[in-house]
Amino acid sequence: MAEKKLMKGNEAFATSAIHAGCRYYFGYPITPQNEVPEFMSRELAKAGGYFIQAESELGAINMAYGAAAAGGRVLLSTSSPGIALMQENLSLLSSVELPIVLVSVMRGGPGIGSIQPGQADYNQATKGGGNGDYHTIVFAPASIQEAVDMIYKGFDVADEYRNPVMVCADGMIGQMMEPVVLPPEKAPLAEEEIGNVKPWALTGHKEKRERNAINSVWLQQELLEEYIEQYWPKYVKAENELQDWEAINVENCETLFVAYGSVSRVVKEAMADLEKEGHNVGLIRLKTLWPFPHKAFELIGDNCKNVICCELSMGQMMKDVEAEVKGKYPVHLINRVGGMLLDPVEVVERTKKILEVK
Amino acid sequence: MAGKRIFIAGFGGQGVLLIGQMLSYAAMFEDKEVSWMPSYGPEMRGGTANCTVNISDQPIASPLVTKCDVLIAMNGPSLDKFEGMLEPGGDLFINSSIISQKATRDDVNVHYVDCQHLAEVEVGNGKTQNMVMLGAIINATKVVNIDTMQKVFEKVFTGKKAALIPKNMEALNVWKPSMDA
Amino acid sequence: MKPVFEYSRGMREKELHYCPGCTHGIAHRLIMEVLDEKGQLGDAIGVAPVGCSIVSHQYMNVDMLESPHGRAPAVASGIKRVHPNSPVFTYQGDGDLASIGTSEIIHAAERGEKFTTVFINNAIYGMTGGQMAPTTLIGQTATTAPEGRTVAQAGYPMRMCEIISQMDAAVYVERVTVTSPGDVRKAKKALERAFEVQEKKLGFSFVEILSTCPTNWGLPPVKAIEWLRENMMEYYPVKQFKCPEEVK
Repeated sequence: MAEKKLMKGNEAFATSAIHAGCRYYFGYPITPQNEVPEFMSRELAKAGGYFIQAESELGAINMAYGAAAAGGRVLLSTSSPGIALMQENLSLLSSVELPIVLVSVMRGGPGIGSIQPGQADYNQATKGGGNGDYHTIVFAPASIQEAVDMIYKGFDVADEYRNPVMVCADGMIGQMMEPVVLPPEKAPLAEEEIGNVKPWALTGHKEKRERNAINSVWLQQELLEEYIEQYWPKYVKAENELQDWEAINVENCETLFVAYGSVSRVVKEAMADLEKEGHNVGLIRLKTLWPFPHKAFELIGDNCKNVICCELSMGQMMKDVEAEVKGKYPVHLINRVGGMLLDPVEVVERTKKILEVK
Repeated sequence: MAGKRIFIAGFGGQGVLLIGQMLSYAAMFEDKEVSWMPSYGPEMRGGTANCTVNISDQPIASPLVTKCDVLIAMNGPSLDKFEGMLEPGGDLFINSSIISQKATRDDVNVHYVDCQHLAEVEVGNGKTQNMVMLGAIINATKVVNIDTMQKVFEKVFTGKKAALIPKNMEALNVWKPSMDA
Repeated sequence: MKPVFEYSRGMREKELHYCPGCTHGIAHRLIMEVLDEKGQLGDAIGVAPVGCSIVSHQYMNVDMLESPHGRAPAVASGIKRVHPNSPVFTYQGDGDLASIGTSEIIHAAERGEKFTTVFINNAIYGMTGGQMAPTTLIGQTATTAPEGRTVAQAGYPMRMCEIISQMDAAVYVERVTVTSPGDVRKAKKALERAFEVQEKKLGFSFVEILSTCPTNWGLPPVKAIEWLRENMMEYYPVKQFKCPEEVK
């Protein structure tokens, strides 16, 4: 087995990207993800890559756009308000079908908000703030190891679907340290290989092919409609193939929790306490936020009486859960917001209150 | 061992985060589950620092804690603020070099560690105060094996810093349980 | 018989959509001629802006992409990291470069990015229909300055060459125009030097082309050229601001 390393989340994210063959990173300081650009400024050049501290998040994602269009593997990282600034480009990158991996280390919002961990960017990530018909593929890790694995795999998914992939960590996963096993190092694509592997990339036509144009403007709406209809099936495929979740006792439980990210760890601890007191509990932990793991909800058994969503937002994920269970079970919310956190004791107490009221 | 939740608090420059990281490395080398979580942001700029270390045989559920089994107060304000977090029967370590007050709890094991004196006089290096405290934690709670620390130091102190290993190993062993009396 | 004039290999055989009397066509062709003569059409990568020239990739026979409004210098910075030895250029208008994109152009210039920016300054927003640009002259009318631009209401027009030439890493800065055959030749020379600066990795290169917009200025093409010469060239002097020894 590969060696375990004790790593800070943000540094592990960056290392995972380098191991995945990423050689381009563009960043702008924002808490709580600053260790990512700091790490990349030290390490990426050693791996033969390029780091630029951009003038803003807009600069960063547009550098990423250029590098991805030119055929490079690109990582970006930022936190909630930074993603807000990048939304225009997420729409654009989707419309021109370019792969990038973007780590969002979520903090409390709205506005400039707080810098403590948050999950109130669920809608921002899954529904998007960019214009037009597009989706961002969104993974939600609950540990540093999982984040490392999702980022590593995220590059391949981004390439396969030719679409931005977002990994929604939060301030807790970014800042904490845990032992991690790093995935093997992959060699990046050599510059002369780019044209063969990514025939759409901007490499110069070398007088051997028609010039490549990556364009997002369509002044004839008929053609834009045709274009959207032509690429849309990939989102249908993603919905079928990428849904991912962890299910614990979903078939038999009376009380089903739904959570993702670091909150799911708090919920697991609360579940252990509730079980000791005789409660029959289960958990669906979302590992993809988009596509939403619909299939997990098909596993819910006849015993289920209550669904409890635990999240650090005013119920953004809960709306998707409500749509999923279609009124079959009451759906409740246990939440904290603004950068405040749930702890297991609070989850246990609020769960008991919900179950008593019934 | 079911698990220990360790909370370390003090002010910036006391090596609070480092104590936590050293414990985390040791736990990892002993194939235990471990998480380390610092306070971050403007809190740090205000001069206070704290971190939580969870060490267990089971996967760590939440890296944050509201209650802890081991509390280390490196300065007075930390003792005032966090004493209530400690579970009954837990271990409370007080850096008695700069904390003159006594613990108010009588349901926990209190260890007064004169970090400065032990570092300066016994080890002969004032910079090892945090390692003196780390040694006290390990020797009193056995949360990790003291011998593992040699491996940890080899991992952390590399290059020129490797010369610091013997002094640090020495610092780990200057506090003795008999000093509790 | 040796042909006197040919369709540039750098231009795709497409009819330009630009208005009669607009100088975009000349600017496009000059860039493509320079790249063709350097034998670099097959290596070059261009970044189109938002504005009338958003579809310049339909006309220029090189690999190109469209940038979000104003961000072309950031996009080009990313491209240049992946293809450090390929000629890369941005083609940007005044709204794109001097308004929404000031941050990107200033920082790219000061980082000394090894690409070339061609700045088309026609003192107006063309594509959106004649609104005031950051380079609109005092007294010049626009659909958002119907009585003419005033200092009190909108401040002064931005002189980008003067700003960019203050930056240490912007090593080649020249303002040209294309309102006469002689000017066109000078403009081409400036573009040649700019690409040479890039090729020799000397630093950032910037060529501003004073351009016409007969439609939004409300002038026939010839009058538009006269207006440019009489008004724009006074406020925006045509000259070389900086040029490294290596390309003189």
